[in-house]
Amino acid sequence: MVTSLNAAPPRVVVVTGVSRFLGARVASRLAADPRIERVIGLDPHAPPPALATLLADVELIRADARAASGAIADLGAEAVVHLAVTSAPDPYAGGRAAMKEQNVIGTMQLLAAAQASGPLRKLVVRSSTAAYGASFKDPAVFTEDTEPRAVPRGSFARDILDIEGYVRGFRRRRPLASATVLRFAPLISASANTTLTRYFAQPIVPTVLGRDARLQFVHVDDALEVLHRSVVEDHPGTYNVAGSGVLMLSQAVRRAGRISVPLPEGTLSSVAALARNVGVGQIGLDQIDLFVHGRVVDTSRLVKEFGFTPRSTAAAFEDFIVAHRNGSSLTADRLTAAENAILEGIRRVRAAVALERVGKP
Amino acid sequence: MSQDEFRDALPGQVDFELPVAAPEKPLNGRRPGRRRAVPALNGHAESRGETRAGAAERKTKPEITPSADSSAELPTEPPTGPPAEPPTEPVAEPAPADPVDVWDQRVARGLAFLRRRLAGAYQVDEFGFDRELTDTVFYPMLRVLYQDWFRTEVFGIENVPDTGGGLMVGNHSGTFALDAMMLSVALRDRHPSDRHLRLLGADLVFRVPGLSELARKAGATVACNPDAERLMGNGELVGVFPEGFKGVGKLYADRYKLQRFGRGGFVSAALRTGTPIIPVAIVGAEEIYPMLADLKPLARLLGLPYFPVTPTFPWLGPLGLVPLPSKWMIQFCPPIPTAHLTEHADDPMVVYNLADQVRETIQTNLHTLLEKRPDPFGL
Repeated sequence: MVTSLNAAPPRVVVVTGVSRFLGARVASRLAADPRIERVIGLDPHAPPPALATLLADVELIRADARAASGAIADLGAEAVVHLAVTSAPDPYAGGRAAMKEQNVIGTMQLLAAAQASGPLRKLVVRSSTAAYGASFKDPAVFTEDTEPRAVPRGSFARDILDIEGYVRGFRRRRPLASATVLRFAPLISASANTTLTRYFAQPIVPTVLGRDARLQFVHVDDALEVLHRSVVEDHPGTYNVAGSGVLMLSQAVRRAGRISVPLPEGTLSSVAALARNVGVGQIGLDQIDLFVHGRVVDTSRLVKEFGFTPRSTAAAFEDFIVAHRNGSSLTADRLTAAENAILEGIRRVRAAVALERVGKP
Repeated sequence: MSQDEFRDALPGQVDFELPVAAPEKPLNGRRPGRRRAVPALNGHAESRGETRAGAAERKTKPEITPSADSSAELPTEPPTGPPAEPPTEPVAEPAPADPVDVWDQRVARGLAFLRRRLAGAYQVDEFGFDRELTDTVFYPMLRVLYQDWFRTEVFGIENVPDTGGGLMVGNHSGTFALDAMMLSVALRDRHPSDRHLRLLGADLVFRVPGLSELARKAGATVACNPDAERLMGNGELVGVFPEGFKGVGKLYADRYKLQRFGRGGFVSAALRTGTPIIPVAIVGAEEIYPMLADLKPLARLLGLPYFPVTPTFPWLGPLGLVPLPSKWMIQFCPPIPTAHLTEHADDPMVVYNLADQVRETIQTNLHTLLEKRPDPFGL
C-alpha cells in the first residue's frame, strides 16, 4: 500500500488504560518515539507505583471514558489507542459489572468522542482472538474473515464482540479515519500477569477431561511492537496477532513441568464458579471455552501488512517457563535423570538374569 | 512289507530332521514381518509330531533351545510394527548375548519416547495433528486390525500422487467409521512416500470428549470448506466420505449401495484449490457390524444419528463391539484433475456433474471389487 507508507505519524496520541500492564508500556514506548509530540494517558485509576516510573514522559489524565469526549477534542488528538479492555472481572474492583462498564460502555463512549473529534484520523483498538467465539463447527484455523458461529459463554468474549461492533459503527461513520483492530492471542511473557499466566504458574493445573485444546500465545514484546507500528504507521483493518505454531494445552502444561489434573467439563465449571465466589478464582467460562475448543488463528495478513513476524508460540511460552521454574515438578532434567536411572536399572537386572542363566547349566 | 515298515523305509522319515527356523536377529530393531511360508511347514510337522519331538531331543547343541523358543514366540505376538512398545514385558526376556542388543535398544527407545511425551518435547501442527504419537501409537494399533483381522488388500496405490494435495473420496459404511482409519493405514503402509491421510469428520466427532481429542491428534479436522481448502492448499492428502451418517448408518440390506452425496461441498473445495480428486472404493467395511435395524427413538433420545442393532451389538454387551473379520479390499482409482475447472467452483452444474462422476466411479469399482471377493469372510 502506497498510502500506508506516506502517512505521517500522528503528533498527539491518546492512550486509554495506562494504569494497566500493557497500556503503560505502550504509552511509554510511544512517548519515547521522537516522531510523536505528545502522549496523553487516559485512565480513571492512578497507575500503581511499579508502572508510574514508566509513565514519566506521559501526561496523565485521570478521567473515565465519559469525560473523554472533551479531552480528545480539546487536545486535538490525532490518534486514539484504546487498550482499556479488561479480560477478567476483578472482584476487588467491582467485579463483572465494573468490567462490563469499562469494556462495553467505556468503548462506546470513547468511540463516540473519537467520532466527533475533527482532527482524529487514527483509531487502534485492542481486541482478542476470543472474537471468533467457540463452537464445535468452527474451522480449525481462523482467518480475519471468519464469522463467529455461536455466541460465546464467556463474559470477556461477549464484551469483545460488542467492542468490535462499535468499531464497525465507527468505521461506517468515519470512513476516512483509519481504524485498526488487533485481535491478540493470549499475551505471555516472563513478567506478564494474566489469568492464563497465573493458571500455568500453579503447581497443579486443572484441565478438561477428554479435551486437548490447541493454544497460541503472543509475546508481550511482540504485541507492543505491533501496537507501536499500528500507531506510527498506517495499517487500517483487522489483524490477528499470535505467535506461529501451536501448543496443545497438555503439551504446554508438560513443558512448564506442571502436573495436569483432568476434570470433566461440568465439574471443572462448578469448581471454578465456586472458587470464583470465594475469591480465589482463576478460571472463568472464557478459559473453559478456550480449553474445550482451542483457538488457532492465521497471522499471514499481519505478517504481510506489518512486515513483522511475532516470535513463535513455543518461543513465547519458553520465555514464560524460564521465569516460572520454581513451581514445576516434572522438569525436563528430572525426566532425563529418571529415564537414565530406569534404563540403568533394567540393564542391571537383565545382566543379572543373563548371568544366572549362564551359571545354571 | 507292512505299512509302518514302508513308511519307515521312505527317505526322510527317520533321517529327516525338520529345519528349525533360524532365530530372528533383527538388527535394525524392527520386528520380523509376517512369515507366509510358515503355515505349510506347520501342517507338515503336525502330521507327525513324534518325529519333531525326536528331532528336538537329538539336538546336539542344547544351548540353542532357549533362543529357538524365544524366536518361536516372536511371531505369535501381534506385529506391532515400529519400535517403542511399553518397555515392561520385554524386560523379562533373556538377553541373547549378541553384539547388537535389540531389546536394550527397544527399551531405550521406548523410554526416550515416554520422556519426550512427558516433557512435551514434540511438534503439533495447527490442526492439532501429532505426527509422532500417530506413527508410534495409533498406526501400530490399527495395523493389527488392518493386517491380521481384516487381511486388507490394496489396489491402485500408484494412483495416489507422491507430492502435492489430493482429495480422497470414499464410500462410507460399517456402522462405526473404521473404514476411514483403515484407509489411512493403507495409505501409510503402501504408499512409497510415507503420506498421512488427513480425515474430515462430522462435527459430532468433535463434540464427544475424548473422541475429539483423539481425532485431532490423529490429524482429523471438522468437515468444513475452510479446513479442507487449507489442508489441500498445504499439499496434504485429505480424506472425505461425502455420504456421512447416511453411509455409515445404513442397513445391511443396503450394503454397497452408495447413498446421496450431499451438496458436493467436497467438490467445490477441490475445485477452489485445483486439487485432483481420487475416488476410493472400500469393500469389507459393510460386514464388520452388519446393521439389522436402527432404533430411531433410542437414537433420538441419546442424540445420535442412529442406534444400530447388529447380530452381536446390544446382546453381547462389550463383546458386540468386536468387528466381524470380513475380508477388505481398497481400490484407489485414477485421479480426476480439477486444475482446469478452478473458476467453476461456484457453478452448481459443474460441481454436481463432478460429484456424480466421482459417485459413479466409486460404485463401479465397488462392483468390480465385490466380484473379486466372492466370500465376504474368505481369506
